[in-house]
Amino acid sequence: MIRILKQIFRTGIVTEPLLPEVDAEIQEVGAELKKAIGKRFSRSLTIRQVDAGSCNGCELEIHAINNPIYNCERFGIHFTASPRFADMLLVTGPVTRNMEIALRRTYNATPHPKLVVAVGDCGCNGGIFGESYASLGGIDKVIPVDVVIPGCPPTPAAILNGILRAVGNR
Amino acid sequence: MSVLLDAIKSSLGSDAGCDECRYTASMLFCSVPRERFVDAAKAMRKVHALLVAEWAADETPFNRGFGIYACYRWGAEYLIVKTEAPFEDPAFPTLTKQFLPAYRFERQIKSLMGVTAAGHPDSRPWIKFEDWPEDAWPLRKSFDASKPMPRVAGEYKFLSAEGEGVYEIPVGPVHAGIIEPGHFRFQAVGEDILNLEERLGYVHKGIEKKFESLSWKDGSRLAGRVSGDTTAAHSLGYCMALESMTGCKVPERAQWLRALFLERERIANHLGDLGAICNDAAFAFMLYQMSRLREIMLRTNHELFGHRFMMDRIIPGGIAVDIEADGKELILSELKQIAKEFNRLVKIYDQNSSLEDRVRDTGILIPDKARRLCQVGIVARASGLNLDCRTQNPFPPYDRIKVNVPVLISGDVHARAWVRVEEVRESIRIIREILNTLPSGAISSDVGLPSPDTYGFSAVEGWRGEIVYWLQSGPKGEVNRCMVRDPSSVNWLGLEQAVLGNIVPDFPLCNKSFNQSYSGNDL
Repeated sequence: MIRILKQIFRTGIVTEPLLPEVDAEIQEVGAELKKAIGKRFSRSLTIRQVDAGSCNGCELEIHAINNPIYNCERFGIHFTASPRFADMLLVTGPVTRNMEIALRRTYNATPHPKLVVAVGDCGCNGGIFGESYASLGGIDKVIPVDVVIPGCPPTPAAILNGILRAVGNR
Repeated sequence: MSVLLDAIKSSLGSDAGCDECRYTASMLFCSVPRERFVDAAKAMRKVHALLVAEWAADETPFNRGFGIYACYRWGAEYLIVKTEAPFEDPAFPTLTKQFLPAYRFERQIKSLMGVTAAGHPDSRPWIKFEDWPEDAWPLRKSFDASKPMPRVAGEYKFLSAEGEGVYEIPVGPVHAGIIEPGHFRFQAVGEDILNLEERLGYVHKGIEKKFESLSWKDGSRLAGRVSGDTTAAHSLGYCMALESMTGCKVPERAQWLRALFLERERIANHLGDLGAICNDAAFAFMLYQMSRLREIMLRTNHELFGHRFMMDRIIPGGIAVDIEADGKELILSELKQIAKEFNRLVKIYDQNSSLEDRVRDTGILIPDKARRLCQVGIVARASGLNLDCRTQNPFPPYDRIKVNVPVLISGDVHARAWVRVEEVRESIRIIREILNTLPSGAISSDVGLPSPDTYGFSAVEGWRGEIVYWLQSGPKGEVNRCMVRDPSSVNWLGLEQAVLGNIVPDFPLCNKSFNQSYSGNDL
């Protein structure tokens, strides 16, 4: 136990005050986001992440926004296991034919009003996988999308920024 | 002569032909008549070879039927045994009785290529879902991959168990956490798991078919997206297979830097896994500490190579980005910090009894089962199998680096975690060695194009384990077939076995310690 506490004290707080890559943008959006989430989502935005066919690259970066450095929880953002509790769907990948029905069902299980954010080049337009017998292309081919976050995969900063955009938009 | 080829020849005699060898380099190859395909497998089993992969290729552009290939491995040797099936009679005898992993490979061959493994115990499709038209065989040349398929009615029959108190738990495809989609069906009594059946294929994106519509050079980008967390190893596998077809000589410096990418990918993923395993045992402290270290590595990658995962940095003929002297310094000082903190954290892991209680004796895959299931990578090494392409089939520069491979025999969650711990330390050492010996010179050379009807093969040790690529060029020198075998294709079978007799709440822990790729399996 002593060791654990020691390591915790030694590490200190590593959460970065603001993200350097999108600093200017986040300066503005960050404050607004907190306000928007505070007002519209009772200070807590709950996200259900859905992999609709990604290569798992985007998942790694979505994991990263949870790490102590990006620490998305400070903005009032957290992830849920059930779409029924979610305000937002964070969807990755080109939608595969085999995931289409599951994605539709997840969308239908999410209560209104809901936000959908498509993550990554594949989520935007199918990316390198494009449209084929197995891949339907971008997320908007299956469910309505509010905001897209391009990148292969987008950096954690870009993902955070995209979430902020989606919340600020409406 | 080689052990495998000798074994085949002494058992099959003149039936085993290897005159039409179209492999460059030292690839072992032989073709056998269809009715002796199983005898070849028996001969392989007799010399304790492992089945690496089994796949089919549509060879109608060459006016042949279907080629069915089985790749075996014994130590450093890889041997591909080929048999042919005419177009009108697309069938071959099953190898499932000889080698268990053939169970899924053959279901996949049937589902995607429409070639039947006669005598296979399970006729259900794999990867192909019940709502596909039955005659949709995407890997056949006649299949139009650009059009969406209609949906038809159909039902997938899971294995079922009956009896007093037996109940079923369906999980997925949308899981609780931030992970890829798949479906698990448990049969349980109380908390004990009687049976687990995996159903994968949800992320089938038609990757193998997609390769056929791309140029040889663009293929490496697609290979880098077979499984995003293994992007360096997969693009390396593809590039090496292509280079073996064209006789391309990769510059020394590029080879060493490729190894650098590979080892950095290994460390970053192992750090993430170790944190996640502890988190599933309710020890969140470790998740945050490990993900912090992982983030440090990814940021260095981004700064030096322009991408956090180093996607598209390994290209046919070499690499796309060089490293300067100050980059070298940066990596060394980063590793120093990571090594120090990592050792401190490992001590905490090792001496935490509540963690020990969860990870020890949980999800055991005994060595004998691991062998029969032909497991690879971390899973194999945690179950007593000393398998690692970096030492047994060393591709440059590993022929000049000594790699210490950790092997544990307990086969439980702890063993799989501990193999990762040892590998992180070893990879840090290897990276230091790479930076110290890095030769100067060019970082890429011309690849050229393969000539018609040639084959390329490569086996690369990714962080999950052995990745295999097999390429075949068509009559005009284009891509005719690209077979990808991610370690997950075999290791998923190991998970099904490892959870038996464990309690349902320990499944996440077992699953995390395997951490197999869905995308790499579904293709």
